[in-house]
Amino acid sequence: MAHAAAIHTEDVMLPPPAREAGAGVYTEKLGMWIFLGSEVMFFTALIGTYVILRFAHPSSWKNPGEVLNIPVTAVNTFLLICSSVTMVKAFAAVQDGLLRQLRLWLVATCIIGASFVGVQVYEYTHLIEKGFVPSEGLYGSTFYTMTGFHGFHVTMGVICMIYVTLKAFRGKYTQADHRGVEVIGLYWHFVDLVWIILFTIVYLI
Amino acid sequence: MTEPQAAPHRSTHAHPNYILIWVFLAVLTALELTVAFLPWSKTAIILILVGMAFYKAALVGLYYMHLRFEPNRLRILAIAPLPLFAVLVCAVITEFIW
Repeated sequence: MAHAAAIHTEDVMLPPPAREAGAGVYTEKLGMWIFLGSEVMFFTALIGTYVILRFAHPSSWKNPGEVLNIPVTAVNTFLLICSSVTMVKAFAAVQDGLLRQLRLWLVATCIIGASFVGVQVYEYTHLIEKGFVPSEGLYGSTFYTMTGFHGFHVTMGVICMIYVTLKAFRGKYTQADHRGVEVIGLYWHFVDLVWIILFTIVYLI
Repeated sequence: MTEPQAAPHRSTHAHPNYILIWVFLAVLTALELTVAFLPWSKTAIILILVGMAFYKAALVGLYYMHLRFEPNRLRILAIAPLPLFAVLVCAVITEFIW
């Protein structure tokens, strides 16, 4: 009995385990990176499937520019690249404590991101009018699946970006703590990165 | 008892030249558009375009997502799925080669 009590006391008195360092980053950022890891798997599965299908059925695909409007998409690609630089400038601004610049760059990112979605809707509308629909064989189904999923990600990014921008206007981010800006920035750059690959393999090859 | 989480520490590196990287990305995109319509062999065009796309993606990942300045553990987390992608494509595509 006395022995059991001693063991119990010993258990209670044990010091707490040493705090683990984790990946050396704060939780929200680590969470976003894990999410982005799953997104890499998602998009690489889509792109891998596309490559395999295209290799197996080369005659199902048209030459670049025959069906898809490359000049419009090139402008859209440029827009997304611009939105990445405005996003990273917003992050740099808050790191330097320049909160007015943070708000300006975030607003610019929201506008450019929304413009990308608008141009994609315009592109889809014209393609469908021309008869290029998702049921148009392998070419149509893979095109709409890949660009559609990417467009969905951009749309979600714009919504989150608006939320972060509103928080920035309410003064929620400071030079000392700006986790939300960094985390949405990581997502936004990832979406840009995926588009860089998609633009090449879907539109130019 | 959990300790309050530390706010993100200030970066210990100077800001990269983000505008210069943006110029690189824009110029590379213009080059891609040019290369795509050159009268070269299809294989050469594909290799050049894919190489340029990966270079652009690496610029975004390394500088805009700051992977260049992050701990190795985080970099591994980011690129771990890529070898799996290569295995998937190489394994399945052999069905159409042989």
